[in-house]
Amino acid sequence: MSDLFYSNISELQAGLNNKTFTAVDLMQSVIERTEAVESEVNAFISRDIEDALKQAEASDKRRLAGASLGALDGIPVGIKDIMAVKGQPLRCASKMLESFVAPYDATCIEHLKASGAVIWGRLNMDEFAMGSSTENSAFSQTANPWNLDCIPGGSSGGSAASVAAGQTIVSIGTDTGGSIRQPAALCGVVGMKPTYGLASRYGLVAFASSLDQVGPFARTVKDAAILLESLVGYDPKDSTSLNRPKENYSKALEQPLRKLKLGVPSEFFGDGVDPEVKAAVEKAIDWYRSEGHTIVEISLPHSELCVPVYYIIATAEASSNLARFDGVRYSHRSSDAGNINELFNKSRGEGFGEEVKRRIILGTYVLSSGYYDAYYLRAQKVRSLIRNDFDQAFEQVDAILTPTTPTPAFKKGEKSDDPLSMYLSDIYTISVNLAGLPALSLPVGMTQEQLPIGMQIIGKAFGEADILSVAHAFESNHEFKDLRPNLDNSKQ
Amino acid sequence: MKYEVVIGLEIHVQLKTKTKMFSAAPYNYGAEPNTLTDPVVLGLPGTLPVLNYTAIEKCAELGLMLGCKIADVCKWDRKNYFYPDSPKNYQLTQNEQPLCVGGSIEIEMPGASRNIEGAHRWVELNRIHLEEDPGKLTHTAFDSLIDFNRAGVPLAEIVTEPNLYSSSEAVAFLNALRNLIIFSGISDCDMEKGQMRCDANVSLRPKGLETLGTRTEMKNLNSISNVKSAIEYEMKRQAEILDSGDKVIQETRRWDAAKNISLSLRSKEEAHDYRYFPDPDLMPVVMDKARIEVLNQMLPERPFDRQRRYQKDYDLPYTITSVLCANHQLSDFFEETLGLYNAPKAIANYLVNDLLRELASNSEQGASALSLSETKLKPQSIAELVEVVESGLISKQIAKEVFVEMFASGALPKSIIESKGLSQSNDSSEIEALCLEAIANNPKAVGQFKDGNIKAINALKGPVMKATQGKANPAILDELLQKLIESGE
Repeated sequence: MSDLFYSNISELQAGLNNKTFTAVDLMQSVIERTEAVESEVNAFISRDIEDALKQAEASDKRRLAGASLGALDGIPVGIKDIMAVKGQPLRCASKMLESFVAPYDATCIEHLKASGAVIWGRLNMDEFAMGSSTENSAFSQTANPWNLDCIPGGSSGGSAASVAAGQTIVSIGTDTGGSIRQPAALCGVVGMKPTYGLASRYGLVAFASSLDQVGPFARTVKDAAILLESLVGYDPKDSTSLNRPKENYSKALEQPLRKLKLGVPSEFFGDGVDPEVKAAVEKAIDWYRSEGHTIVEISLPHSELCVPVYYIIATAEASSNLARFDGVRYSHRSSDAGNINELFNKSRGEGFGEEVKRRIILGTYVLSSGYYDAYYLRAQKVRSLIRNDFDQAFEQVDAILTPTTPTPAFKKGEKSDDPLSMYLSDIYTISVNLAGLPALSLPVGMTQEQLPIGMQIIGKAFGEADILSVAHAFESNHEFKDLRPNLDNSKQ
Repeated sequence: MKYEVVIGLEIHVQLKTKTKMFSAAPYNYGAEPNTLTDPVVLGLPGTLPVLNYTAIEKCAELGLMLGCKIADVCKWDRKNYFYPDSPKNYQLTQNEQPLCVGGSIEIEMPGASRNIEGAHRWVELNRIHLEEDPGKLTHTAFDSLIDFNRAGVPLAEIVTEPNLYSSSEAVAFLNALRNLIIFSGISDCDMEKGQMRCDANVSLRPKGLETLGTRTEMKNLNSISNVKSAIEYEMKRQAEILDSGDKVIQETRRWDAAKNISLSLRSKEEAHDYRYFPDPDLMPVVMDKARIEVLNQMLPERPFDRQRRYQKDYDLPYTITSVLCANHQLSDFFEETLGLYNAPKAIANYLVNDLLRELASNSEQGASALSLSETKLKPQSIAELVEVVESGLISKQIAKEVFVEMFASGALPKSIIESKGLSQSNDSSEIEALCLEAIANNPKAVGQFKDGNIKAINALKGPVMKATQGKANPAILDELLQKLIESGE
């Protein structure tokens, strides 16, 4: 039973159904593991152990009564600190919301609860999801479980690290420009951003509304598929949510993978990519070729414009989305404000961290009268071009393979003072958000220094089942899903 | 005055919807502060707006009433500014593409006197767009309190072209607009409850000049008389500036109704940069053309159209139609009554004279007149009253008494007449005896009548009416007295 925390969902369901162990046993195992490694990993901002055990108990009761809610019933799911869970703190890793408790459940959380999942902990992140290293958290610095001196990626660094370290079975994060896929790649787990509109954004504290999307982290593709099934679905509370029939993603994995055309964009394999990353991804591509899939070289010509376009659109939306944190109602209020403008200015000055302020200022600037056309409007036009690039590519191919990140995990502090270089760590993931497409990151190799390497698989809109199948085929024939970071001073 | 004033108005009207524009929270005026909210209204982190289609329909209906072009797509923009009454510190509005474009409204200028119809003209509109109302701030000596009940209520903002040329024209416009909106049922336009609010842009130019002068914008005009006072104050202020050779500064000014002055709020340089951009949380809504056409077919009658119809079809005078058509409830009540008993003039007279008098005199001391819906009166009551007068069951004199009783109790005229024994006496023999008595007691009046003074007969009628408590049929009485006097010769 000691390895429960590193088991996958199918194994756990079998054990729960056979009464080999209970959901409470499972939760205890996860809690013990978490306590044992948390001082090193720092994946959590807060965790409510009592509440998690209570949920696990309820799951056991359901199962005893023959009323199990399905594959996720009793499974601990870690939650990024950006999703509202009723009665739990919702801080977005910001001093601004240090004392805010969510009075309602995000729709995705409602779905998870309806699936019987045990909502577990508040996972660390970059403040308001702005960052690529989880170093922009006001509360703690999460480590990469594979090398504690390295960052776990971000912004969903806690979600990735906790899954890699066995502090939860699966977790959810959010992805605005790569915030699920990049940390998944750097922590050696599966992370997926669904098509924009597939999962509800209601209850996700908005960073950039037209780009944000919720998605799963897991140690296996199948676990990611199971979690995704529960997360997605039309939500009348989110006008950007799409009303589509639900798909059974995990079932789709049981089918043998048909022979596909897989696109490889030349722009993603240029000078900026680390040789070890490039080699591992090319090796994975070769494997697909050897399996009889057709590899097609394609071009996404506007790729180099993705980062500037992203930092205009995302910051513009963020500058407006974050305006509500003003010290008037629920957010941090400065104690030495003499009038209303001082209250706004000082509360925001004290409550927000540097990176958040930088992006708010940038976004305010690009929307300003006289600059709007040159920046925001132009960026929207380029966004259409980027979308067109993908549309054209998908006329030829079924999925696109790229490195998830240009480099493996970097050292803490290495890029903290160089925002531009930090921004470039999302260079391969951003275009997917701009185009609203689904993509996942799959572990496809390890560097010599034992740092994970991720490959990004991009699908057509609503091609979730396809990219999961593509990933599953590789995973089933490789050992990467079974690799564990060497954190086990608690257990060995 | 050597200057011509040019006025453009912006009118905010709260649309009468059950729930707010972007959430299911209900709205009604006067509820306990902060009880009509939900996480969306309060802009809590993670919440998203969901469009209330009724608000779009009502705004489109208003646009159709005013002859606007309805946009093919309904889009939303964010207007960004920090203010504590704004839960998200941005307001959802329609900057780039308003739902309704153009349009015009018929107004009536004041006539030479109250009884004389004034000239009609059409005022051009620029646009009507939808936006959400902010909350309401109350400032006390030490605190500022925020009530978010009003936050998120759908507002239609109606923007005129700068083509009003006097304060009285602005007043005529507001009265016409308010009446039209009330007729359409889109809003009650109660300015005291903030359901209709007005900003006025005012500029002066030398008479005869085409180009517009520098304008100032007056905010916080929450009654029609405030609008008039504020415009007149601003005309005087600007004229003094221009006379002294100075230039008017483009600025926003706040009207202080208590002091009857306006104060500078912010200059053009201090104006907000609202950083408008399309709201990414709301998808553009493609307007259903067939549905717009259905709405267009079902539009209620415009007040001036109704007034012309009353004049033409029922031959009612302006003094009556202007009163009827200035009051939606009264006018609808008239039509319903007319449907029960076809006597337009008599019905209109009861409504305009007796009913309005009762409404005014039955209201609390100092309060405004009761509204028709607050009374027990039914169209059936008036129809029956006209019928019993026309059939001769009671006199017009008695009818007035019956009216007061029926207004007070809600009882129908026939039952009042019966229970109070008010029916007119047509018994000639009884009246004849009383007439003879009156003739005998009033030889002077009889003499005058015989000398050709026809009015002298009234002195004889009085005692008969008094003796019958007014129930003698005046027509019969008249005839009888004449006959008796003549036969008495």
